[in-house]
Amino acid sequence: MLQVDSLEKQFTLHLRGGLSLPVLHGVNLTVHAGECVALSGPSGAGKSTLLRSLYANYRADAGRILIRHEGEMVDIAAAPPRTVVQVRAKTLGYVSQFLRVVPRVPALEIVAEAAPDRSQEKAAALLHRLNIPTRLHALPPATFSGGEQQRVNLARGFIGGHPILLLDEPTASLDAANADIVIAMITEAKARGVAIVGIFHDAEVRNRVADRLLHVAPLQDAA
Amino acid sequence: MNGYNFAYLDEQTKRMIRRALLKAVAIPGHQVPFGSREMPLPYGWGTGGIQVTASVLGAGDTLKVIDQGADDTTNAVSIRRFFARTAGVATTTDTNDATIIQTRHRIPEKALREDQIIVYQVPQPEPLSKLEPSRAETRRMHALAEYGSMHVRLYEDITRFGHIAISYDYPVMVNHRYLMAPSPIPAFDNPKMHMMPALQLFGAGREKRIYAIPPYTDVRSLDFDDHPFRTTRAPQCCALCGADDSYLDEVVTDDQGGRMFVCSDTDHCETRQAEGHTGTGEPVVKEATAAGSEARGGEQA
Amino acid sequence: MTEETLLSARGLSLHFGKVPALVNVDADLWPGEVLAVVGESGSGKTTLLNVLSGRMRADAGVTWYRDPQSRLHDVHAMPAPALRALHRSDWGFVHQNPRDNLRMSVSAGGNVGERLMAAGNRHYGRIREAAIDWLAQVEIDPARVDDMPRTFSGGMLQRLQIARTLVTHPRLVFMDEPTGGLDVSVQARLLDLIRSLVARLNIAVVLVTHDLAVARLLAHRIMVMQRGEVVETGLTDQVLDDPQHAYTQLLVSSVLQA
Repeated sequence: MLQVDSLEKQFTLHLRGGLSLPVLHGVNLTVHAGECVALSGPSGAGKSTLLRSLYANYRADAGRILIRHEGEMVDIAAAPPRTVVQVRAKTLGYVSQFLRVVPRVPALEIVAEAAPDRSQEKAAALLHRLNIPTRLHALPPATFSGGEQQRVNLARGFIGGHPILLLDEPTASLDAANADIVIAMITEAKARGVAIVGIFHDAEVRNRVADRLLHVAPLQDAA
Repeated sequence: MNGYNFAYLDEQTKRMIRRALLKAVAIPGHQVPFGSREMPLPYGWGTGGIQVTASVLGAGDTLKVIDQGADDTTNAVSIRRFFARTAGVATTTDTNDATIIQTRHRIPEKALREDQIIVYQVPQPEPLSKLEPSRAETRRMHALAEYGSMHVRLYEDITRFGHIAISYDYPVMVNHRYLMAPSPIPAFDNPKMHMMPALQLFGAGREKRIYAIPPYTDVRSLDFDDHPFRTTRAPQCCALCGADDSYLDEVVTDDQGGRMFVCSDTDHCETRQAEGHTGTGEPVVKEATAAGSEARGGEQA
Repeated sequence: MTEETLLSARGLSLHFGKVPALVNVDADLWPGEVLAVVGESGSGKTTLLNVLSGRMRADAGVTWYRDPQSRLHDVHAMPAPALRALHRSDWGFVHQNPRDNLRMSVSAGGNVGERLMAAGNRHYGRIREAAIDWLAQVEIDPARVDDMPRTFSGGMLQRLQIARTLVTHPRLVFMDEPTGGLDVSVQARLLDLIRSLVARLNIAVVLVTHDLAVARLLAHRIMVMQRGEVVETGLTDQVLDDPQHAYTQLLVSSVLQA
């Protein structure tokens, strides 16, 4: 489903005189359908960077990121933007750590827009499952608590039915009860054949969902 | 005669105007600029029409001049006398006998013939003038046949009044191509321009433009499919000849609100009376005009 | 020019005297995609918009447009009537100031219906119906179809301009700072409207803006311009989250967070 070959990534900070920060070097990874790979490693090691690179949110400097999209393996590190947009629409889903709030759009709309059939019923059902009560559905999430925002974010990520999901700290701002719900959703997704790559801060959560770990080591000492 | 060239204008000027007329006839409805001359009457009094008439007038022509349909108003009389003096041509008030008819703001009721020419006096030749202040832009609009804004104007009328509220100088599309201002003739007269056997020439002296409609040309008044163009006329009959299908003037007869409706086309009315048609002949009091049917009477043709 | 692009420009260059407005600019636009052109004042983004839409001529370079029958046209070699007709049908141009593109003494319905009338529609009832429908789509109360734009607020005028532009279902719309000069809350509403209309109607958009947040919200791809040159181009979130060029990094880091 997803295969990474020799991925390299560095940041060049032109505003700091061209300071170069290598973050990823020679990363290899293969994820099969129904598998969940957890990225582990200390803070600042590059887990988020790797995850974002898998989504083409960050540019890879070298290497390939192959995604099985509509039967073919597409290298999104080299693909033109148009292709990446299509891959993201159909195949590759991403749940960021924080909801990027779009003004004015109600929570229900935010989730329903991401559903393949734009079904408001499905969106409402998923929000309910994540304990977002109906009275909040018509409100834009800008005023929600961090946990509520993240649950809206999760709903939007899961409703798309993407065969590959990238999850960045999905339970970070959730209490135990809601975290359990998310774990259940991940497990169900795996059973459906979804390939998942995730960052899980909480070791217990990680143990319950991950089939494998990929250790991401920092290239430089965190100084 | 009297030290003037035939019909007042010198031959070179007439040639220049005839060239403009030829161009105008070749492109029906298209405005052709011409070198409008200084005439012995001010702008706004028919200088354009007079220059066109002067250029097409021949010694054998018979000229009729009408002003709002009447042969006997001051201006009509003046212009007719002007050509009688400077060209020595025969003049007439009878539409049938005329070969050239110069008109201000009306088309005669009687259908015109192939051997006749009608010359219209035009104040504002540009139909888009109220919509677009820039003449350069209106020229571009005509060149590109971009007439959307005129339809917007008509749309607005229907929105505001429920119908197109243009009663004179109603814009027409000539030969399916050019939008044209027919001069301030009543909308009632517009249908007469369509497929007219006579040659129609238009002269605007102040604005220095000439345009034309050759005989048997398609002339359509602008409208919408669901709001088609309709002529309107006062519902009364002519008090003098009883006509119920001619364009009427409303004449105030006293200071008690008395008024009379009479044919605007004086020749038409006199001809009908000579044939024996009569109207009631009496003024109508103001309250009764709304009913309309009070004024009916007399024999019908 | 590839098989599918709607608009393609190569090597566009334009100088105003010594000042470089465009320096060898390439651009492509695919059907249904939103391309944001961002930069600061003097970057050349508005000049690029004007050249691409044929309103201005470049000193060098070519711009190709693919019509609905898949024929290619050189935008600057098109005869004026054809270009003007194009601007009234398959193309649209949303100005920053809606008053530049509206007839202020014609009713809202007349404004929206004008393109239809220019295209030959002659049924008053149907034109009015279409106008009412479009007013609803841009969230203007349809009961205001006969009102004068003079009575509309700035946000409503901009939405009216959009309705007037989209009524002929153009496949390509040029937008010049469509939310510039509007209050923030009004901007949000307008952006949301543009977002949904563009997605629903599959319109390709070239959007010029100095506001990176607008670009992020609306655009699939982004082009960053500086002094007439394109310094970076690519996927919007990638260029904004992982800027490669020095100038892009400067732009992105300069944005204030509320």
